[in-house]
Amino acid sequence: MREREDEWTGLMRSAMAGDGAAYHRLLKAVTPVLRGAARRGLARAGQSPHQAEDIVQDILLAVHLKRHTWDANAPFAPWLFAIARNKLIDALRRRGRRVFVNIDDFAELLPDEPKTERATSAEIEAQLKTLPARQREVLQSIAVESASIKDTAEKFAMSEGAVRVALHRALASLTARLRKQ
Amino acid sequence: MRMDTDQLIRTLAADNAYRVRPVGFVLALALLAAAPVSILTFFSELGVRPDVMVAMHDPFFDLKFAVTLALAAAGITAGLHLSRPDASLDGYGWLFLIPCGILAAGIAGEAMLPQRLPMMTRLVGSNSRVCMTAIPLMSLPLLAASLLGLRHGAPARPALTGAVAGLMSSGLAATLYASHCTDDSPLFVAIWYTLATALVTAIGALAGAKVLRF
Repeated sequence: MREREDEWTGLMRSAMAGDGAAYHRLLKAVTPVLRGAARRGLARAGQSPHQAEDIVQDILLAVHLKRHTWDANAPFAPWLFAIARNKLIDALRRRGRRVFVNIDDFAELLPDEPKTERATSAEIEAQLKTLPARQREVLQSIAVESASIKDTAEKFAMSEGAVRVALHRALASLTARLRKQ
Repeated sequence: MRMDTDQLIRTLAADNAYRVRPVGFVLALALLAAAPVSILTFFSELGVRPDVMVAMHDPFFDLKFAVTLALAAAGITAGLHLSRPDASLDGYGWLFLIPCGILAAGIAGEAMLPQRLPMMTRLVGSNSRVCMTAIPLMSLPLLAASLLGLRHGAPARPALTGAVAGLMSSGLAATLYASHCTDDSPLFVAIWYTLATALVTAIGALAGAKVLRF
């Protein structure tokens, strides 16, 4: 447990220093924990666990867009759980329930948490349609077609910098739309 | 178009190189952009009091700036802290005792000196209405700016963070106002500045609850 959290902190430090692979590994490592917490939160609120993936993707987006508020000298897990807790409460409240989320929901890792990495979020799917065309195209190319930033730039005759900006804006506007819904 | 969690994670990793400015930088930029609005309002409507060169030698005139600047500094420090999702006001709330302490010391100091005017006259002063109008009005652009800056963070407690944004902006606005006002008694400051600040803080809390969610 302690070891796992130290590993997360190390990965996040590398990620902030520009290591995309470390960042990818970190997000893969925290996702089952987030999913478990989301399922438990939904279950306690008497909601279907099918919506867990909406919450998981929402948390991942928030983690990504707010990672500049993480203090690199502090452990990563408390920061992550604070973001996750905030998003979980928000999600449950939006579903019309006032629920108290226990921070311990995040602390325990259930190793037999079902692997549902292929799960999609219906909420995100709905919002993706409303993105501006260029942002959606870039997102489609990188997320769905697994193209690199370089290939995407060539395909749309854009500079790599412009692709990076469009990608980041797409993620930011997706998050803003999720919040407003 | 569908995006499963694996695809989302890969996409986020692809965006890892994109660097976002720290909250402090964005907050500073927003405040610097809004400050001219408040300053122009100040100079066109109020202006510095004419006897400012003499007043500067009065410790009670100077004390007003110590109070308002301490409030603004406490607000900026606590606000930046609260922009982190895992932060609470624990260990930061005492910062707001600094302006209160300076003010209390001023009141005590004034009480020990012989006064030309009775206490109630000093407390009521002659500018209370201007004070109550000018501080909130000059605060508003700064409040909007500080909310915008803190929005860049991830405050877990939006209303509290909004209230702190209110304290920050009223501290800055009151600093401007203090150079106009001829009421230098700490009693006047304790009543009217505090009421104006409380109003801005309440607006900040209400607005923060709406706009600071992330």
